[in-house]
Amino acid sequence: MTTLTKESEQPEHPEVLELDRVTIRFAGDSGDGMQLAGTQFTKTSAVAGNDISTFPDIPAEIRAPQGSLPGVSGFQVSFSSHEIYTPGDAPDVLVAMNPAALKTNLPDLPRGGILIVNEDEFNETNLKKAGYATNPLDDGSLRSYRLYHVPISTLNARALEDSGLTAVQIDRCKNMFSLGLTFWMFSRPLDTTLRWIDDKFGKNKAVAEGNKTALKAGYHFGETTEMFATHYHVPKAKLKPGLYRNITGNEATALGFLTASKLAGRPLFYGSYPITPASDVLHELARFKRFGVRTFQAEDEIAAVGAAIGASFGGALGLTGTSGPGLALKSEAIGLAVMVELPLVIMDVQRAGPSTGMPTKTEQGDLLQAMFGRNGESPVAIVAPATASDCFQMAVEAFRIAVKYRTPVIFLSDGYLGMGSEPWLVPDIETLPKIDPDFATDPATFKPYARDPQTLARPWAVPGTPDLEHRIGGLEKADITGNVSYDAANHDKMVRLRAEKVARIVQDVPDLEVDGDESGGLLVLGWGSTYGVITTAVQRARAQGKKVSAAHLRYLNPLPANLGDLLKRYDRVLMPEINLGQMRLLVRGHYLVDAIGLNKVSGRPFTIAEIESKIAELVG
Amino acid sequence: MVTAKRREPIGPSLSRKDFVSDQEVRWCPGCGDYSILAQTQKVMPELGIPRENIVFISGIGCSSRLPYYMNTYGFHSIHGRAPTIASGLKSSRPELSVWVVTGDGDALSIGGNHILHVLRRNVDLQIVLHNNEIYGLTKGQYSPTSELGKRTKSSPYGTIDRPLRPLSVAIGAEATFVARSIDADAHHLQRMLERAYQHHGAAFVEVYQNCNIFNDGAFAEFTAKEVRADRMIMLEHGQPMIFGKQQDRGLRLNGMKIEVVQLGNGITEADLVVHDETLDDPTIAFLLSRMDYPEYPVPIGVLRAVQRPTYEDLMAQQIQHAIETEGEGALKEIFLEGDTWTVE
Repeated sequence: MTTLTKESEQPEHPEVLELDRVTIRFAGDSGDGMQLAGTQFTKTSAVAGNDISTFPDIPAEIRAPQGSLPGVSGFQVSFSSHEIYTPGDAPDVLVAMNPAALKTNLPDLPRGGILIVNEDEFNETNLKKAGYATNPLDDGSLRSYRLYHVPISTLNARALEDSGLTAVQIDRCKNMFSLGLTFWMFSRPLDTTLRWIDDKFGKNKAVAEGNKTALKAGYHFGETTEMFATHYHVPKAKLKPGLYRNITGNEATALGFLTASKLAGRPLFYGSYPITPASDVLHELARFKRFGVRTFQAEDEIAAVGAAIGASFGGALGLTGTSGPGLALKSEAIGLAVMVELPLVIMDVQRAGPSTGMPTKTEQGDLLQAMFGRNGESPVAIVAPATASDCFQMAVEAFRIAVKYRTPVIFLSDGYLGMGSEPWLVPDIETLPKIDPDFATDPATFKPYARDPQTLARPWAVPGTPDLEHRIGGLEKADITGNVSYDAANHDKMVRLRAEKVARIVQDVPDLEVDGDESGGLLVLGWGSTYGVITTAVQRARAQGKKVSAAHLRYLNPLPANLGDLLKRYDRVLMPEINLGQMRLLVRGHYLVDAIGLNKVSGRPFTIAEIESKIAELVG
Repeated sequence: MVTAKRREPIGPSLSRKDFVSDQEVRWCPGCGDYSILAQTQKVMPELGIPRENIVFISGIGCSSRLPYYMNTYGFHSIHGRAPTIASGLKSSRPELSVWVVTGDGDALSIGGNHILHVLRRNVDLQIVLHNNEIYGLTKGQYSPTSELGKRTKSSPYGTIDRPLRPLSVAIGAEATFVARSIDADAHHLQRMLERAYQHHGAAFVEVYQNCNIFNDGAFAEFTAKEVRADRMIMLEHGQPMIFGKQQDRGLRLNGMKIEVVQLGNGITEADLVVHDETLDDPTIAFLLSRMDYPEYPVPIGVLRAVQRPTYEDLMAQQIQHAIETEGEGALKEIFLEGDTWTVE
């Protein structure tokens, strides 16, 4: 797909080469501003009309010593002239700001790839910190890459010597220099970033000017030196017409929950305890005070979910959010919400576990915890967004189900979706269906545990409603009256009613659609954040004439009504998951289909190549 | 009273029986909880709140059954977590009167963290802690307020963990209202519940509650009628701290210590501490919270009642301020934050 990584003759004068897709990775010390450079490159490419997909690779939260291997922070952005679904397997271009960044990222750069390094940082101390015995810029070990060593620190400092900034401030601008350089390489305009700098540093004119100067200096360096023989152009992608913005999964999630609140006409209450990688949703929602959003930074995970349940009891849209370890702490309270049958949404942005695991790395390891991680027969609905922008729709869906069925719903995102970004076709709010809270108000007919015949939902009677005073709680409830009951037959009935209620949500779950053939050959079945890689790998395999189709689950409990029939129509079913086969266990259990697993639990997403090679292994 | 909130009675006047639910009360006969329930039901009509605006929220334990017996909205939740549910409800529905019913194990053991934080946030709740210094529902293990060395089923050789003083914990957690009462003193208990309601902010009331099955007479040596006057002191705002059947003893400050003095022989009322529940400095309230029999008379009444902004008011103000200064939120404008582009 990408021609960049092919060995090519370098012409004497710069020429413009058209490419259909490029993947760049910015890597440096966590203090080097690589996330920022990557984000700006993304915005500019999006505005330039490319389809984009990004993924940040952030070290453990606590800042590691400067120049050390654990302190390396990376940001990968892929931009393309056609629709893309992943941030790319391997970068075509690696920008390494120091030896540690080179050491940790070089293994991902294919031979022949472009390597831009800041040679100023390749001094004895930094080389030692990165574990290099000799300087890789001199010892010939990088011979198989297209290496450009640029004295970025020096050039940047020289460009800013009259800026009036301190040495430290000047050094901080060097990410802008590198960004400017890559902007030139890929024919990107500077205006989006220049505007952003003014917005960000507007109050501090000198810093704003410094950053702008560094950006331009990097760009002009590319233009005027003969160093880069080629620069590249990636034409606009043909996306569905409409208004777009770039969005991360966590941002889309926050907007989805906010939108659900608007659609329901009920205030949103978010109880949360800070945890990586879910905290961004708290930060986002905390900004939305003018929408009436109440955010409650609780003393712990349990208080966060408890407060959300209390808010739900009062008629708000109760929401709590966390990552895996926090979900474990919330288990008992989620069980309470199952028992009292109130709407509640629990967001889990999954990360690598068990225990504290690897907080900044992604995983799909919480599915079975979400399904079964409570005492007793305690069913909840589960939805899982497939892409960063899909987080918006599935967040709305989570509340639609929670309100309609008076049930907890777990929204299962992950670090890859939450932190990754892609273009989002901004929806027209007017076209989104309303969510009806349908509060009980009539004392003549009110029974706390009477049920809607179609959904089996019980009435939502909020305090403040005259003559509907009633008591709920975690003790087993008598059918209809909701009084405490230890009656054997009643308990059996209530357990089955709660299970049946969640099963009936299938009425609101769209049938699973297949990308490819309706039957025969191999079906690759995924869920959640693997959508991009699976889709791309299957499309490539189909282009090679292989009989492979893909289907992707976004409703995990209950599963779509047509899934059982669909699975039986294929010769074989492959299920790639970033865990040891949790959905496969459920699918086998539900449908007695002998699905094959492709499992990876390294804290990183699948590459397209990994899926492709498994497909090749199965269908030749 | 600086902390009073004024509310006019609304609607038809209610009586105690309007607050009695149709559920059979299932505490052991003779339990102190009966009195607490009765006083609570008696006080409710006096508060002038529409019944539908009252919510009782509890955790787990004998005391936490109370919401089932109140004909109001109620939520019997999970162990220790009532303050969290109450915080979510009150901060999103400030117009409701939200009561938390808890016990010594529920509030100070499994829910210890939540008690600290609900108090420091000053959420306008009435938190009534039934303290019987034992685990009753689980049939007689020691609790975080059981005295050191207590022999119970789970401590046959005596406990080795030092008890908490609920009122000291509350004061340490920045509580704005701290009071104590006794199950058997119906009048005093009613008064404390009323005061708790009138306080705008988190009101913490410890009620000595007798568990006649597993810890009978835990408080009798100072609460029994015949000794009460000599072994307890009734705190009254603005009054010198006097106690005793003959009203002949008092409390005096000696440096950083409270001491018991006999009036006469040159010691007069003027030497005694005058109780001021509105002191911002919590030092004296804290000293009072540590007074145990027999060294001291055990204080009942309001130890502390100070005015601070409540959590839900501050939350509402932030929302109001944001709407006034930034304009009411429009989704469209948030959707289009940052750079946008159009694909034709």
